[in-house]
Amino acid sequence: PSLYLGSISFIIGLSSPGNPKDDFQEELVIRPLHSGDIYASFQFRTVWETDFMRGNKVSHYRLFPKSLGQVISKFSVRELHISFTQGYWRTMQWGQPFQPSPPGAELWVWFQDSVTDVDGTWKELTNVLSGIFCASLNFIDSTNTVQPSASFKPLGIGNETDHRFLRYATLPREIVCTENLTPWKKLLPCGSKAGLAVLLKSEKLFHSSFHSQAVHIRPVCQDWQCKTTSWELRQTLNVVFDLHNSAQGKREWSLFKMFSRTLTEACPLASSSKIYIDITDNPQGEQFEVSPATPLLSQAVVLGDRRTFSVYDLTQQITFGTVRSLNLLIRWKSSEGDMLRPLLHAERYVAGYGLQTGEIHTLMYNNHPYRSFPVLLLDSVPWYLRLYIHTLTVTSKGKDNKPSYIHYQPSKDRLRPHLLEMLVQLPPNSVTEVTVQFERALLKWTEYTPDPNHGFYVGSSVISSLVPSIVAMDTNSTRERPLFSSFFPCKEESSYFVRVYTEPLLVNLPTPDFSMPYNVICLTCTVVAVGYGSLYNLLTRSFQIEEPSPGLAKRIANIIRKMRGVPPL
Amino acid sequence: MGLLSDPNRRRALISLLTRLNSPICVVCYMAGVAWFMGLAFEPFTLRTYMSENAMGSTMVEERFPAGERALTTGREFSAHKKKAGGMPVDWLVKTMQARGLEVFTQRFSRKLPFPDENKERYMVKGTNVYGILRAPRAPRTEALVLSAPCTPGDSNNQAVGLLLGLAQYFRNQIYWAKDIIFLVNEHDLIGMQAWLEGYHHTNTTGMDWSPLQGRGGSIQAALSLELSSDVITSMDLVLEGLNGQLPNLDLANLFYAFCQKIGVLCTIQGKLQRNDWDSVSGYSHSVQTMMLMVMKQASGRPWGDHGLFLRYHIEAASIKGINSFRQYKTDVTTIGRLLEGMYRKLNNLLERLHQSYFFYLMPSLSHFVSIGYYMPAFGLLAVILLLRALDLWVQLATPPPRTEDGITDKEQVSSPGVLSVLTPLVISHLTGVALYTLPIQFQEMAVEQFPVSETEAVVLTAIGVYTAGLALPHNTHRLLSGEGTEQGWRVLKLVAVLYLAVLLGCTALINFSLGFILALTLVPVAAFVTPHVPKVLSAFILVILSPACTLLFSVFFFQELQELPVSFQEGWLLYLSVISQGILDHFLYGSLVYPLIALLVYPCWLLFWNILFWK
Repeated sequence: PSLYLGSISFIIGLSSPGNPKDDFQEELVIRPLHSGDIYASFQFRTVWETDFMRGNKVSHYRLFPKSLGQVISKFSVRELHISFTQGYWRTMQWGQPFQPSPPGAELWVWFQDSVTDVDGTWKELTNVLSGIFCASLNFIDSTNTVQPSASFKPLGIGNETDHRFLRYATLPREIVCTENLTPWKKLLPCGSKAGLAVLLKSEKLFHSSFHSQAVHIRPVCQDWQCKTTSWELRQTLNVVFDLHNSAQGKREWSLFKMFSRTLTEACPLASSSKIYIDITDNPQGEQFEVSPATPLLSQAVVLGDRRTFSVYDLTQQITFGTVRSLNLLIRWKSSEGDMLRPLLHAERYVAGYGLQTGEIHTLMYNNHPYRSFPVLLLDSVPWYLRLYIHTLTVTSKGKDNKPSYIHYQPSKDRLRPHLLEMLVQLPPNSVTEVTVQFERALLKWTEYTPDPNHGFYVGSSVISSLVPSIVAMDTNSTRERPLFSSFFPCKEESSYFVRVYTEPLLVNLPTPDFSMPYNVICLTCTVVAVGYGSLYNLLTRSFQIEEPSPGLAKRIANIIRKMRGVPPL
Repeated sequence: MGLLSDPNRRRALISLLTRLNSPICVVCYMAGVAWFMGLAFEPFTLRTYMSENAMGSTMVEERFPAGERALTTGREFSAHKKKAGGMPVDWLVKTMQARGLEVFTQRFSRKLPFPDENKERYMVKGTNVYGILRAPRAPRTEALVLSAPCTPGDSNNQAVGLLLGLAQYFRNQIYWAKDIIFLVNEHDLIGMQAWLEGYHHTNTTGMDWSPLQGRGGSIQAALSLELSSDVITSMDLVLEGLNGQLPNLDLANLFYAFCQKIGVLCTIQGKLQRNDWDSVSGYSHSVQTMMLMVMKQASGRPWGDHGLFLRYHIEAASIKGINSFRQYKTDVTTIGRLLEGMYRKLNNLLERLHQSYFFYLMPSLSHFVSIGYYMPAFGLLAVILLLRALDLWVQLATPPPRTEDGITDKEQVSSPGVLSVLTPLVISHLTGVALYTLPIQFQEMAVEQFPVSETEAVVLTAIGVYTAGLALPHNTHRLLSGEGTEQGWRVLKLVAVLYLAVLLGCTALINFSLGFILALTLVPVAAFVTPHVPKVLSAFILVILSPACTLLFSVFFFQELQELPVSFQEGWLLYLSVISQGILDHFLYGSLVYPLIALLVYPCWLLFWNILFWK
């Protein structure tokens, strides 16, 4: 048997360099946040040069998870983005995330244009994904699915942007837990056995302020000529640890403290395995101190800002030092910073009181000092909030702000939600307020959830925008760069794409008292039947005393008496 | 109904009801009052019990340790308050931020319609400071509120200290599922009103406030804390809110359960619970407690900062620390643990508090009277009005009996004109409108003409208009063509009695206490008044039972219940200030009692006054 095993490994060993079609990379970015919290973002990327389409039966999987590969080919998926998030990303304290996601579950899929019955395929797909990720994605149906016309463009290659092939749905109530993490980890080539994934222990990941895990599948170019495409699978996991909860007041973070594990090796299947620590705000080490120190530095423009990172390459043995394990330590020196002023952020709330009407307010802040920029606002509101679209107002700085593009699809009761998409120009340094009034519908009694007094969720609005970058704002940029490079702002750096999700809303609908349905039904029926009926009777009729008509015998007797000439009885 | 469709039996029934009308009415009135008094008798009431499953069965531990530190913070707050001469906004912002909260402020200003002499304020400007503890991994959809007012002088510093202490302790816990908002509001109710209007972006009372920057979703429950000493003997629970609204009974149950668990003396209406229900003093004690609740609820004003939350369908209560001369003392750590326990249970809520009663009276903290038990008391009073209406209807339908002379007045048989009914109706309502609008409109003129302050001017104008309305019957008749007929007053009385029945019925549904007190005084008036009773005596009784005198008696009665009896002079001054407070409550917070009395109840009473002086 040992010989047999050996020969198999020999074959695999032979075939893997000869078949370099797939590639796996893993990385972890750690960013110490202003507030003293710490942000850890994992990314695992698998690229595979294969073609699931055109009837190709792909049956040999190496790094790419088979379950997802089969989903792609069966449902003719072109792009798939799914995220599970618990918590709300606090833009004001933490800045922009690397991968934004709304609270709950979000799923958006571009189908191939060969799909004929998109709705049917979507229904099946959500049920299959529900099984794969152990999530309630099967609750996605026509009442919470929309087809955004502009907000969600394909992220991979391909120029087909007919939104008939796009489906977007959110489940704001979805709770993310270990049962969702386990299947997500199983999609990784090394599982949680080796590499960065050993850090993903649920008891620590769920002891945090924010937790988000996502899977993105898209076609990408194989080479610069882009003649053929490969499939890219990105698995991301973002988590923010709270200084107050986890650190017990000590302003000190380490891998062990965050994840209760240290790193000892990279995933053997990974071609690259790196840890980046964002030290941009800390050039001279006055904010925090990182140990062990690394000589490797890397610069990148992330979200419009030039950031500097310390890099730890896990494929190098030297990274682990003499103790054969890496336990990064970040020790804060200064105290907490103030709130941030991110260039774009948004919030949303329900105004008004009572159970009849209300008003949804969406506030969008442009904190750029001199530049205005357009944003795309996407609102998907369930049908049981009946939007009064004529009350839609968009105001910035006290003036009416006319959207240059509005796409509105009214809801149909029990069939589809409202969809409102708008392109709004945000003036510099301003707050733009979008308000729309709604009426709360009275549901049928079987349509209420088991906990109707909790309220009903309305998913986050999505704000997508190209935000002028901080690099372009920086007047001192000439310091580091040659003069000839810095006169015209180059396109890549002058603006960057940002997607901001607002908080979901919890709205109370008029709810009957379900605790005594029996009493209610009995009482109303009785009142209506007895009270109304007989009152109506009494009011509409007049009553008179009538002599009872004589019986047959009496009548005959009377006739006889009449004939006899005797007075009748 | 079969009974009524048989004409013979119908006739018999009707004649029985008309013949025995007065005795039945008297019996009903007695029965109503007796029923009401019986509500406070313990064997007739139910024990309170926790209905909400999410709060009932779950166990929580209370571990708040930092009472002493909270007191130190409170002293610091007091020092900064003195230094700033009001709300120490910067200090509060810094302190809350240091405790890891997201801190926001809200400025507000309000010009009162006339100066409030009780609290000595006219132009009010202030700032609310609130910090939000963001629950980990919660999407900002639900929130709880803990508030403490920043009051001038030396009171309530300990409440703010404890609030900040709790904020610090809560911040380090992982189990929160709802955001917790810690609010320090200035100018008590006005600040709270500004904050709530800002939070819900409504403007019902014309106040100026700056919009809020941070929110936590829909607020599920709120507690307002008032604490003015380092140790306390008991905690008092205040439930009565705006327009007599009450929070869900489960909130009171929660408070009671934790007081029992932690061993804190708890009171309601400042009255401890007694066990000797079978003794006379025990019964009168619970009657006192219940009557205090009835009086407070009937006033329609918020009796604590929590009162304004109720309009937004947020269950809220005020908790007041009371320090009396008793031996048994509780320290701040224990109060902190009490609040911690309550918040942890509220945090466990899956739905809004809705399982238990919203309409209830409490003769003690452990017993309650639900709407099903107290409504018959009102129903027995209201049925009198219906019986009288039936009686009048029958009298109008059957031709009047021949007089002793045997002469039937042809004119009296003909139905009275619409004018003879409509004119008094319209005129009395116009008087009501005058009572509602004139006091505020004429205050400046009155201040210029007479040596009175604005507040006095408003109150005296109100009383003046009210009294002037008594001269109405004479003026009404001048407008009427010809003499009022016998039929005329009957029609008018029928209309007035039905009007009163509808009015009281609606009032009692919304605010039982107010409806019941009004019914207690107005129903006898409506029942006995005719033009044929002795004028002077009846007029005196009518005035005594008019809404204004009811209010006056209520003031004395309330003081008596609180065991703070007042002399007539003090009582009169108190009466004047109660009127001004009532008007202010309407304009500041939207209390409906003043417009209800002025626009509906008073005109209705005037109709009966009109009937008495019918010619």
